[in-house]
Amino acid sequence: MAVEEEIVGALAEPLKVERKSLFRADAAFKVVLGFFAFLVIVLLVWLGIELYLSSREAFANAGFWNFVKGTTWNPVSEVFGALPFIYGTLVTSFLALLIATPLGVGTAIFLAELSPKWMRKLLQPLVELLAGIPSVIYGLWGIFVLSPLMANYVEPFLQNNFGYLPFFKGYALGIGFLTASLILAIMIVPFIISVSTEVLRTVPVPLKEGMYALGATRWETLKKIALPFAKSGIFGSIILALARALGETMAVTMVIGNTPKITESLFQPGYTMAAVIANEFTEATYTSYLSALIAIAFILLLITLIVNAVARWLIWRTTMAR
Amino acid sequence: MTATFENTTGIVTEDLKAYFGNVQVLKGINISIPKYKVTAFIGPSGCGKTTFLRTLNRMHELARDARITGRVLVDGTDIYASNVDPVLVRKKIGMVFQKPNPFPTMSIYDNVVAGLKLTGRHKRKELDEVVERTLVQAALWDEVKDSLKKSGASLSGGQQQRLCIARTLAVDPEVILMDEPASALDPVSTAKIEELVFQLKDKYTIVIVTHNMQQAARISDNTAFFYIGELIEFSGTRDMFTRPKKKQTEDYITGRFG
Amino acid sequence: MADNNGQVRRMVLVGRDFSYWRRKISSGFFTALFSSSIIVVLLPLVLIVGYLFYKGAASVNMNFFLHRPAPVGEAGGGMANAIIGSVYVVGIAALIGIPIGLFGGIFLGEFPHTKFSNVVRFVADVLNGTPSIVMGVFAYTVVVLPMKSFSVLAGGFALGVMMMPTVLRTTDEILQTVPTSIREASLALGVPYWRTVLSVVLRSAKSGIITGILLAGARVLGETAPLLFTSFNNAFFSYSLTQPISTLPVQIFNYAISPYRDWHRQAWAGALVLVLAILIVNLGMRAFSRQKYEHSA
Repeated sequence: MAVEEEIVGALAEPLKVERKSLFRADAAFKVVLGFFAFLVIVLLVWLGIELYLSSREAFANAGFWNFVKGTTWNPVSEVFGALPFIYGTLVTSFLALLIATPLGVGTAIFLAELSPKWMRKLLQPLVELLAGIPSVIYGLWGIFVLSPLMANYVEPFLQNNFGYLPFFKGYALGIGFLTASLILAIMIVPFIISVSTEVLRTVPVPLKEGMYALGATRWETLKKIALPFAKSGIFGSIILALARALGETMAVTMVIGNTPKITESLFQPGYTMAAVIANEFTEATYTSYLSALIAIAFILLLITLIVNAVARWLIWRTTMAR
Repeated sequence: MTATFENTTGIVTEDLKAYFGNVQVLKGINISIPKYKVTAFIGPSGCGKTTFLRTLNRMHELARDARITGRVLVDGTDIYASNVDPVLVRKKIGMVFQKPNPFPTMSIYDNVVAGLKLTGRHKRKELDEVVERTLVQAALWDEVKDSLKKSGASLSGGQQQRLCIARTLAVDPEVILMDEPASALDPVSTAKIEELVFQLKDKYTIVIVTHNMQQAARISDNTAFFYIGELIEFSGTRDMFTRPKKKQTEDYITGRFG
Repeated sequence: MADNNGQVRRMVLVGRDFSYWRRKISSGFFTALFSSSIIVVLLPLVLIVGYLFYKGAASVNMNFFLHRPAPVGEAGGGMANAIIGSVYVVGIAALIGIPIGLFGGIFLGEFPHTKFSNVVRFVADVLNGTPSIVMGVFAYTVVVLPMKSFSVLAGGFALGVMMMPTVLRTTDEILQTVPTSIREASLALGVPYWRTVLSVVLRSAKSGIITGILLAGARVLGETAPLLFTSFNNAFFSYSLTQPISTLPVQIFNYAISPYRDWHRQAWAGALVLVLAILIVNLGMRAFSRQKYEHSA
């Protein structure tokens, strides 16, 4: 009996030890990987804290709300108000969204529902390519191709036909809110397309078939089944594109005219939050100037964080709620 | 050929072949499905019975790379003729699917009238009347009459399937195709669906795919046995299950394969 | 041929009333509308790529690849130093961004449904959408300010921080497509879990992960905004990690907004080279991953 137990024990022991050490190795492995994943959260928190600390001086000098509400930006007299930039960012982004949304959703519907497979395989990479072109190249094209086109044809046309509207008053420069919005629209449309296409493709086939089987046309099936089902995901893709537009820098800097003014005319030059950081950061010769620019970056971060979070939540709700 | 146009014959196919891309799934089916009867399609998985069913109301062509050759005559009209619109075909030949698929974004009421509204029928009174009639027909009225505004997805699986049947009845079809309508349901719900099929055959031609042979024996007048894309045998259900003519049929119904 | 005898209804499949035509026309109208939107969307792509070749192709020559910029007023010169600088900065970015993104991504892919994983995924997506200019400001405050100098390191940090969430999410998604059976087969042989992941799982996901990394690299290769005040600019060849350096996108920007015609010419040439580089990585990777996929399928 005792001998047997001993043998069993001797056999069992090394096994037990090994399993334990393996278990430890696996646990350690998981912890190490988890640590790297955790670093991503650390990064976001660090980013927020760092920008907040560096912008404290600007907020302390003017007060947070005065900084946000201030309409004068004059580094020479050390007056910093961010409103012209916030205004420019919002106007260009929403105008871009207005142009990009119908095009993007329409294209997504085409790719997900209407096009034959071979055509989708051909066109989808082209849409991705549109998203892959660097911002600075959109800007280059904007300065030398789009802007003259706007100044010579598009803006005079709008002025002649709709000149009574306040948006189309003033001198047609080809540089300003309208051109910037147009460039932005071209740049964000691929985001709307790719996410909306993906969301539309999660619409369960049996639901669509159920509608077809009742004698519905393609458009009716789309309108009654696919679009209501994908609605919030498509909305999410639009919000996601909005976040891109809010933070887009180079192309906008190159065509908006970089003038910190609030004007209702879309032909006039303006300025955006991202553009002022890009243009003036290396010129910020004293700390309160630098701090004011970082404060703008901090506000931009906050806005895009919120917008992105909302977008992700909407998309997640549609694609996961199957 | 004259026989195929007799008024007792609802659906006739002539050398019907179906493909997914380069893969042929139906190898030339010839069948005459009688009117106002229940016809069951049986056969092992992958034998093509569901694909065949879907060619009968042009649902097959909705899948990518799917195509057919041959003819499908319904009351003598080739539903694949160039002047025939699949939209009208599907309205006249309704379909109930394997898994209940009520539209989750619509209420029970809107589910039933979804097909009707397409044709521009929006009069409240007419719609109310259709909802009550079809839900009664589908044996669901008593269970849902007080909750018509609730989402169709809130019902149980068996109720959902009966809702789908009501939805199909609402557009006033003449043929109802059923693709294993009870396979995802519990026994009680299955019995209700079978009872329903039995009642509906007075007014509709019913074709039902099933892999449950007892079900086929219980509810169908005629049975067709499919095997690897071919129609092996088609005869009266009683004959099929008592005196199968082909060896493969016998093997299948006695459980030797499948 | 027997006729219908009154008792039996005959199906009418060709009867078309007003409502039918209304439905048909609206279906056709919307199909045409959606189909035409893709043309409007792709038109700018054609115009941009067309202009890049039209304006830039003539200036892409040996000089462009071999020389540094010539002083104002002097003809000639190239972007050799900017090309080297771009590769340098993106290389540093890869060293910073890939390890964290890769290992973090392995965690998400292997433990996909924990609450922690969902939080990390959400944060990574939000970081992915954070404006690149903000990342530049971040790099400025944590690298440039303490070092009191613009530097390759600062630029690499900014781009690395941008690569990280991209690599993380692609790794995550690729690993989730690796079938559980592969893991189970290895575990059943007594291979410990950590080795199963590192050898078996990663090996089968290798081409997908490499594709993800290269695409993330191609994306930051075109970034300009975060480099403006981190790696800054440099008219000369430079190899020091702690010195400012010229990069292709920044050089294109500076030339584009300059008043000199010859610099505009060079900006177009630089833009063409940059787009071609990104295009080649994209197309190459697409072909590579497809070939791998078909091979294994």
